[in-house]
Amino acid sequence: MDVALWIEWIIKALILVLGLLTGFAYLTYMERKFLARFQNRYGPNRAGPFGLLQPVADGVKLIFKEELIPAQADKLIFMAAPIITTVPALIILGVLPFGGVVNIMGREVPLSIAGNLNVGVLYIAAITSISVYGIVLAGWSSNNKYATMGGIRSSAQMISYELALALSFVGPIMLAGSLSLADIVEEQMRIGWFIIYQPIGFVIFLIAALAEINRAPFDMPEAEQELTAGYHVEYSGMKFALFMMTEYIKMIVVSAIAATLFLGGYHLPFVTDQPWGVWLGPFILIGKIILLLWGIIWVRATLPRVRYDQLMAMGWKVLLPIALFNVFLTSVIMVLFPNWFSH
Amino acid sequence: MTPLQIIFILVAAMTLGAGLMVVTARNLVHSALWLILALFGVAIVYVLLQAGFLAVVQVVIYIGAIAILMIFAIMLTRNIATESGPRFSENWSWALVIALVLFGTLAWMLSGWEGIAAQAPAISPRFDTVRELGLALVSPDGFVLAFEVASVLLLAALIGALVIAWDRR
Repeated sequence: MDVALWIEWIIKALILVLGLLTGFAYLTYMERKFLARFQNRYGPNRAGPFGLLQPVADGVKLIFKEELIPAQADKLIFMAAPIITTVPALIILGVLPFGGVVNIMGREVPLSIAGNLNVGVLYIAAITSISVYGIVLAGWSSNNKYATMGGIRSSAQMISYELALALSFVGPIMLAGSLSLADIVEEQMRIGWFIIYQPIGFVIFLIAALAEINRAPFDMPEAEQELTAGYHVEYSGMKFALFMMTEYIKMIVVSAIAATLFLGGYHLPFVTDQPWGVWLGPFILIGKIILLLWGIIWVRATLPRVRYDQLMAMGWKVLLPIALFNVFLTSVIMVLFPNWFSH
Repeated sequence: MTPLQIIFILVAAMTLGAGLMVVTARNLVHSALWLILALFGVAIVYVLLQAGFLAVVQVVIYIGAIAILMIFAIMLTRNIATESGPRFSENWSWALVIALVLFGTLAWMLSGWEGIAAQAPAISPRFDTVRELGLALVSPDGFVLAFEVASVLLLAALIGALVIAWDRR
């Protein structure tokens, strides 16, 4: 295998991980600023111009916090749980296409790590299902009954909404006739963004994704007022920061997947179709991600938290049947009008 | 040795070692975690065999569903995670003999097969393994009967679970 290819992969992986980490830092800033504006406040405005150094100040503060490990905790698992939580969130975007193929110094470089992997969408589902472990293990290894209950509660929530989430992937897969995310984006360039054909699937994806990443209005794990937080009550310092970081990285990841499956990915009509538009692809994708993140923050600022039994009833009795019906409807339409979707 | 063989030997050693730890670990939660590592090793072997679809399905079904169900069951059972009873029953020597005989027989049979030393033919990049697998599962010339029988069996198990869990009042 040629060395240049290895170097190319390593550079891309570094850019992806560093991009996600920087994105996390400034997503916390963006969330605090937007929440403040929604509530008619100013938000962070002391550290640096417009408070732009606030994420750095937070990071430094967390490094100097004391790290506590409960005496009766299962130490190895207690230390490993934050890592098990963080790694899936960082590797999941490896299959996402960030742009077309560009020419760098005479070398054809596709702007993704494994965008044309032929099981890309399934890979996303698989990594999502792994990410439950970090939470359930963090809760159990703390040897604290509130943490254990919190871990079981939030992993039950994630497992329940995984089904509806995976079923909402099926619509784009059927329309594109492929499990590869690169093929899905290319099909959207041809016949238009899939949100036109899959409005129900898009809404199901958004709701299930909010529950999957434990965001408001489904943020049971962080309900410190009524449920004493959850799986991370015993964590402090940088380990706690890792859990928080994962939550925010998952917000970015979910927005990126939504943009790719339903909103055309890096494609913008009349702009990226031009020969000079290839380099704009990643920026257009980032723009769509920021719009979706803004929506997620808006939802948090607007809606109250749902009760746990309502959450479970909605996942199993409302979202899952609608998602199944959406798959059925899509297949019936594709069989009745085969000329619309030819591949 | 090719790099692929070295990776295979490392992964196989990891899988077998994790499998051994599943049955010897004192804590049930640790056993479940070792089991996850063993299942992950099998997924890597699928990747080495260029069966990406099977690797991903292995992760979704076994690691994402079955192992997490086991961990749930262990955590919801009172005190089972901390109890450390005897780890070996008195029949362990018989189990060892049977396992060794089974391994020896399988190794002997495989060494007599003519395909054992053959190189796997390279798959062309245009060959879509997922499409071929899907077509084989639903075509009448392929495995449609076995596929449907398995689906009905799973459905029956699902309904059975519902009936058992039903609250009769």
